[in-house]
Amino acid sequence: MATQHSRSAARLMMAPAVILLMGWMLVPLTMTIYFSFKRYLPLRGGDLGWTGFDNYVRFVTSTAFWPSVQATLVIVGGVLVITVVLGILLAMLLDQPMWGQGVVRILVIAPFFVMPTVSALVWKNMFMDPVNGLFAHLWRFFGAEPIAWLSEASMTSIIMIVSWQWLPFATLILLTAIQSLDSEQLEAAEMDGAPLLKKFYHIILPHLGRAITIVILIQTIFLLSIFAEIFVTTGGAFGTRTLTYLIFQRVLESQNVGLGSAGGVYAIILANIVAIFLMRIVGKNLDA
Amino acid sequence: MGRIQLKKVTKSFGEVEVIPPLDLTIEDGEFTVFVGPSGCGKSTLLRLIAGLEDITSGHIEIDGTDATNVPPAKRGLAMVFQSYALYPHMSVRKNIAFPLRMAKLDQAEIERRVNGAAEVLNLTDYLDRRPGQLSGGQRQRVAIGRAIVREPAAFLFDEPLSNLDAALRVGMRLEISELHKRLETTMIYVTHDQVEAMTMADKIVVLRAGNIEQVGSPLDLYHSPRNTFVAGFIGSPKMNLFEGPEAQKRDAHTMGVRPEHITVSDSDGLWSGVVGVAEHLGSDTFFHIHETGLADTITVRVDGEVSFKHGDRIHLTPREDVIHRFDGKGLRLA
Repeated sequence: MATQHSRSAARLMMAPAVILLMGWMLVPLTMTIYFSFKRYLPLRGGDLGWTGFDNYVRFVTSTAFWPSVQATLVIVGGVLVITVVLGILLAMLLDQPMWGQGVVRILVIAPFFVMPTVSALVWKNMFMDPVNGLFAHLWRFFGAEPIAWLSEASMTSIIMIVSWQWLPFATLILLTAIQSLDSEQLEAAEMDGAPLLKKFYHIILPHLGRAITIVILIQTIFLLSIFAEIFVTTGGAFGTRTLTYLIFQRVLESQNVGLGSAGGVYAIILANIVAIFLMRIVGKNLDA
Repeated sequence: MGRIQLKKVTKSFGEVEVIPPLDLTIEDGEFTVFVGPSGCGKSTLLRLIAGLEDITSGHIEIDGTDATNVPPAKRGLAMVFQSYALYPHMSVRKNIAFPLRMAKLDQAEIERRVNGAAEVLNLTDYLDRRPGQLSGGQRQRVAIGRAIVREPAAFLFDEPLSNLDAALRVGMRLEISELHKRLETTMIYVTHDQVEAMTMADKIVVLRAGNIEQVGSPLDLYHSPRNTFVAGFIGSPKMNLFEGPEAQKRDAHTMGVRPEHITVSDSDGLWSGVVGVAEHLGSDTFFHIHETGLADTITVRVDGEVSFKHGDRIHLTPREDVIHRFDGKGLRLA
């Protein structure tokens, strides 16, 4: 990018991509904001004119709002904790030289390739079914009463399913980070008399700092909007109605586009609040 | 105290034996250099002493007590790594203090030792920086600082200067020698550079394929190399080694003459040859002489004033009193 000429050429060539991406983002955003100020009931009269902030007030004052925010945060938080902790342990395990390493690594990544709808259905019917599920058989084998996972421990179940999907992602990123650790640093720590736990705490964990940050940020973006897993398992019942799911219900089940759009704007605000908190907590790891 | 004894130590990686049975004693306070070409097992030997590798058989004794199965941290040895292995997320102060914190010393004592080491190594102004903000030489000093504070029985250096540029290397070489004089602690230093070995060592251990070829002071090795390998490895430029009638005339299979022990003349001499490449260092000039009938190239080292041109025919005379003679197996003849 040395000369004036090459700079303007670069701008020209980037323009189509930038314009397309901007359009992709701006059109739906504008439409959401537009609808959020309208009373729009497609099956009950269609566009019934402007209503000001009515939709916003109704969405927040609904008894379903705060529980849905809470459910969203619990799922995001739970999955993040499980995937990061288990991801670090698995990454360290997979970093050890062992027989069949290549195959094991591919197997570990496999869940990431399974579509969310499919994996949720498999979990629901194969593992968590209270009559024929594998867990039910296991519980009965030990003489215990099988748990009706999705109704009795609905939140735990959803977090388990989503964690299972995202664990490979976390493991993969953390594994590549762990592989870039200079082995002489570990040897130096060993010479310096650091026992295993201290080596982990003082050498490995700080080295993984940046990778953990990336895992947390990327996963948060996707976890805030999980939908399929809830749709095919609990259908939003038993306290698993997240903000995303609530919006879905308002728009499609109640056929109230205006109310749902107002919820969409709240979802954007929530995502930004979470993002600001995250950047405050872990963002400094990304510097230098 | 730091007297290290290796008794019949061997090391194998699977089927491959990299160190055949080896005996060696390193006296307290001695600066010992392991030198040899790459892949000769010198770094492995150092790692065996450090405890970072398990020995396959034999014993290692430190100050008379068996340390064969003692974990690295308990051997009282400190190591400086080739990559320095500093902890990148810790400040220089924390890096140096790390082994002391692991040893659970009290805060005041840690403070005292870290400041002491920083003063010795001129690091006082850099204590709050991170390793990433330091130059190569400064990182090297931090690595040494981290070793010093432990007050070890011996220091182990694994090619510590190979990542530095030439000028810095000469400077650090002096600093490490200086440090050894001041601390009077045993030091074991691994290098492939025979100049480092010659300038720093009290005792040089020349290794080839895991075998000790010769142990001795730098001048011992220079004046009486035990075999042709040591003769060729120690000294710069390399000793001229050749077989043939000239060697047989002196009752030897192979004879060796150092480049600095040959005098040149344009009129008369024992051998004659044609001047090839001349390397001018200012103080000295190295001439590569061809067509001598002795070997492909004979190197001579002469005063910087002498000037011959490429293609000149000149005459060479070796100093007979310092000729080295070796038998058919390459061993030195008395």
